Amino acid sequence: MRLLGVIAKRFSRNRLSVIGAATVLCLITISLLAPFIAPYDPTTIDVHNVLSPPDKSHPLGTDELGRDVLSRMIWGSRVSLKVGFVAVGIAILIGIIIGAMAGFYGGKADAVLMRFVDIMLAFPTFFLILAVIAILEPSIFTIMMVIGITGWMDVARLVRAEFLTLKERDFVTAARALGANDLRLIFRHMLPNALSPVFVAATFGIAGAILTESGLSFLGLGVQPPNPSWGNILTSGKDNIEVAWWLSVYPGLAILITVLSYNLIGEGLRDALDPRLWDMEI
Amino acid sequence: MALLKVQSLKKHFPVKKAFGETAQWLKAVDGIDFSVDENKVFVLVGESGCGKSTVARLVLRLITPTSGRVLFDGKDIFGLDGDSLKAFRKSVQIVFQDPFASLNPRKTVFDTISEPLKIHRITEKKNMKDACAELLKKVGLGTDIMNRYPHEFSGGQRQRICIARALAVNPKIIVADEPLSALDVSIQAQIINLLQDLRKETKIAFLFISHDLKVVHYFSDTVAVMYLGKILEHAKTEDLFMEPLHPYTILLLSSAPKVKTEAFSVQRSAFSDKKLQTPNSERQPDIGEVPSPIHIPSGCPFHPRCPKRFEPCDKIIPELKEAKGRLISCHLWNPY
Repeated sequence: MRLLGVIAKRFSRNRLSVIGAATVLCLITISLLAPFIAPYDPTTIDVHNVLSPPDKSHPLGTDELGRDVLSRMIWGSRVSLKVGFVAVGIAILIGIIIGAMAGFYGGKADAVLMRFVDIMLAFPTFFLILAVIAILEPSIFTIMMVIGITGWMDVARLVRAEFLTLKERDFVTAARALGANDLRLIFRHMLPNALSPVFVAATFGIAGAILTESGLSFLGLGVQPPNPSWGNILTSGKDNIEVAWWLSVYPGLAILITVLSYNLIGEGLRDALDPRLWDMEI
Repeated sequence: MALLKVQSLKKHFPVKKAFGETAQWLKAVDGIDFSVDENKVFVLVGESGCGKSTVARLVLRLITPTSGRVLFDGKDIFGLDGDSLKAFRKSVQIVFQDPFASLNPRKTVFDTISEPLKIHRITEKKNMKDACAELLKKVGLGTDIMNRYPHEFSGGQRQRICIARALAVNPKIIVADEPLSALDVSIQAQIINLLQDLRKETKIAFLFISHDLKVVHYFSDTVAVMYLGKILEHAKTEDLFMEPLHPYTILLLSSAPKVKTEAFSVQRSAFSDKKLQTPNSERQPDIGEVPSPIHIPSGCPFHPRCPKRFEPCDKIIPELKEAKGRLISCHLWNPY
């Protein structure tokens, strides 16, 4: 617990990261409260108000079917959030298992698993995702799975590197000499000490996943209309860019701010979790 | 009967060149024999890089030997598995040199000390707190520290926590891999007194590994001097300190810095005794460094540094043979 306090203290010293964290907290609140704070239903078509510019009744204007852009963006934030967290969750899970096995068992297991990582890294991820989604049904579930399954390699490498050094540490040897089995060694002793870089990678990963989702939805392979997502609002923005700037600018800004915020958090976490600086302050 | 018996134990590490081809072997342990009896303290002494820590890891079955055997209670420990391995793990414990690295930084004292109790199902859950308090008392720590983390303690306190963890399984032998060398001198005395007390109370045997002969003088029964993976002299502690025979032992004894007896008055310290003054009070000239264990010198491994080397030393490897009531590996004492 005291450790968490120190980390929080050091994180709070980076002002930009705190701003990032506050922004992300706001976004999470907004997406959780979407049904209550969205002024309109995000899918209700209003043919009398097509492409109306921002005004009092529609603060961010309407799209080509007269749907309220603010409401669509509020609901769309749910997609970003879900995709970010679930996809990264999947990636971390796979990455930890593969990295831990490679680092802990070493030798042939390590060689085989790491070559597999190399192969996965050799694929251009975005096109792999495109290909998979083109075969499968495009849905938010497929997107999350595919982003997760193609994004675990960094985590695996980080966990493996941590495990390689942890394996030689005396407290792990001591636990082994006490008769701890492999599972106890991995999950009780090594993994808790290997997680800091994973948290940092996860934060950056969330930003990446949100970008990927927006890109896929923009191309029409992500969240399917009429369901809103920042990516597919951008698509209608592209079609109407000459007459309705608000359709491109607002979702674009939302993506920019969200991704930036996660990246700022990631940077703050990286400094706060750096174990080399701990001893001085604890 | 000997509790722990080491028979012609060897551990050679491959030194890999590019493309994984094994070019050379690092002979960390090169055929050593010794045994530790119940409730006795056996000290393995030598400079850094002589292979003493490798011996510790072999004896604990943390690494496998190139050849040779380690018998515990008459059974080869490398043939154990399942329940017999678990029983072995319960009987043999280790205390490390660096108390800062040997405790999991993310675990409280309670977690650390209760873990062996959980692994070996020694204590029921509801009695766990009491059992830990008991162990902490045994090593001279308060019971109010259970929920604190390792970084909140000093080196000496951490080493006590490590000892408590080792004691938790009620072992028959504790392997202590330089448990004092990372500590301040005054703390060293405290820890060695603690080990001494534990030995009296619990009848635990110790395999004590050290690079400093003087520190362990009063604590040990038998001493073996190791050099480049081999034992050069193996004698009762009294004999070795009264009359070191091997030139290397003499060098080791004379090279420790001396402190005037009167000026040095740590209470109950094992250092404040006149007997500790080297019999040969002239400091031996030290010739050079320890050679690399990859390129062990021909003949007697110690000959390039030996002040008394003569004709056969660089050609014939001396055997560890009995002379003057001890085992010694030197052409001076054993005719070749």
